[in-house]
Amino acid sequence: MSLSPYVPIVGLFALAAAFALFSVAAAPLTGPRRYNRAKLDAYECGIEPTPQAAGGGKFPVKFYLTAMLFIVFDIEIIFLYPWAVSFNALGLFGFVEMVLFIGTVFVAYAYVWRRGGLDWD
Amino acid sequence: MNLAESPKLEDFGHDVWWIILIKVVGIFAFLVVMTLFTIWYERKVVGRMQHRPGPNRVGPIGLLQSLADGLKLAFKEDIMPKLADKAVFFIAPVISTVCAFTAFSIMPLGGMVSIFGERTPLQLTDLPVAVLLVLACGGLGIYGIVLGGWASGSTYPLLGGLRSAAQMISYEVAMGLSIVAVFMTAGSMSTSEIVAAQANGSQQEIFGSTVTLPGWYFLMLLPSFLIYFISAVGETNRAPFDLPEAESELVGGFHTEYSSLKFALFFLAEYINMVTVSALCTTLFLGGWRAPAPITTWWAGANEGWWPLLWFTVKVLILLFVFVWLRGTLPRLRYDQFMRFGWKVLVPINLVWILLVAGVRVAANADNTVRYAIYGGFAVLLVGIIMFWPAKKQVEPASIAPEKLPEGSFPIPPMDLVVPPSPRTKRIEHAAAAPSATPEQGE
Repeated sequence: MSLSPYVPIVGLFALAAAFALFSVAAAPLTGPRRYNRAKLDAYECGIEPTPQAAGGGKFPVKFYLTAMLFIVFDIEIIFLYPWAVSFNALGLFGFVEMVLFIGTVFVAYAYVWRRGGLDWD
Repeated sequence: MNLAESPKLEDFGHDVWWIILIKVVGIFAFLVVMTLFTIWYERKVVGRMQHRPGPNRVGPIGLLQSLADGLKLAFKEDIMPKLADKAVFFIAPVISTVCAFTAFSIMPLGGMVSIFGERTPLQLTDLPVAVLLVLACGGLGIYGIVLGGWASGSTYPLLGGLRSAAQMISYEVAMGLSIVAVFMTAGSMSTSEIVAAQANGSQQEIFGSTVTLPGWYFLMLLPSFLIYFISAVGETNRAPFDLPEAESELVGGFHTEYSSLKFALFFLAEYINMVTVSALCTTLFLGGWRAPAPITTWWAGANEGWWPLLWFTVKVLILLFVFVWLRGTLPRLRYDQFMRFGWKVLVPINLVWILLVAGVRVAANADNTVRYAIYGGFAVLLVGIIMFWPAKKQVEPASIAPEKLPEGSFPIPPMDLVVPPSPRTKRIEHAAAAPSATPEQGE
């Protein structure tokens, strides 16, 4: 298959990028400019802002864990898609293979669950 | 039903350059107008739900309100915080907006139409992996939010951006798994072919009479549809899952430090994403641009020419109404409840449902031995689920005994304090009990 169906996507991408860049570039020109030191500070509901955001740029390790779990499951999804599209052609063989694959991922999932990887606090 | 006007995958990629240009500008205009309309629509519907008129000053029934708000934003001061990372702060709203627009490029808005004499599908383009493009753009759009939150150099945006990212990737897993069943049933990932696959209903014998059921996948794959819609609400950061901008905790979330047109771009991206997930839901589960069943029986031309655009828009607006309805009805979830729901409820249900759909489809075409083996496997799975069902943790009831406080500290009322009824309530009860007596008697 040729790449020509992808050309309109590039067109829409270019138009959206032009619009967004124009808006961002035009914003300082259309609005007023009245200097005030308080405006340029980090907003913390009126109290003196902390020198560095959220405890010196540190944040809970849970977010990394969520990202890693996401990668595991997203790769599983990527394997599921081609299987799903050609499911009718694969028949029983495809089904058994996928039961084994989902079973393997499910073992990892159950392990993460038991170790508390899915609990937030 | 006539399938002749339904575009095939081979019909795409042959457009003349000016047709592509018209379609690109048309999609762009459609999305911007839909955004302006949706903001007005949401405020109006929420207003009516709360017994308010909603916006009604600018233009007829307030229709120009969101345009006026957008113009006003353009003339506000563009603030660049001192601690911000200049380049990333500048580029983040652009990433969000561009990804939001690009995701819509494969949405089928209708069948074959003629634009200035050229026959072409009413769809910008279609690919064999079209739905994957929407998911990819959704995934890239998260960069805009998390970078915008990080680059602001401020506490609330950083936390809001991180929450957003964690939430969106968690619900993207649920969303990605929920549409596997659709690909399995349609045998394709191209949006126009998925719409075509839903065109024909199935004849079913129900209580002796033959009934034509619509082929829309939300009937056949109801769990997929429900999981898709729930995760779409989580994916677009909408109430009741709008934790990234929980204003009671995080002021405005990732866009706290943004102002002027940069803020407007984030807002635009959020509403376009809402339109896109609704449009994808329409395409995958609600029969796409095809008219609903009663209309096609009365009127044969309902799926021809430009009419599909109307059905498509109506379906999208109905889904957007559900978004607003959820916002008007449900309180916001706590973050741990929300993540637990995504990972511990939606993901396992999805995996089991995929296996169930696959097993039933294989069993339908297999001989008896295989069929019994598959059904036996399901029975074993069911027993396993019941046996290993996670037991509810016993939570110690919170102690209501007052703690021993050091001398001279501020007195804290006990947890089981019964508040005496207010004098006003007493007066009202008194008046209700003795309606003949004047309420002011005792005063």
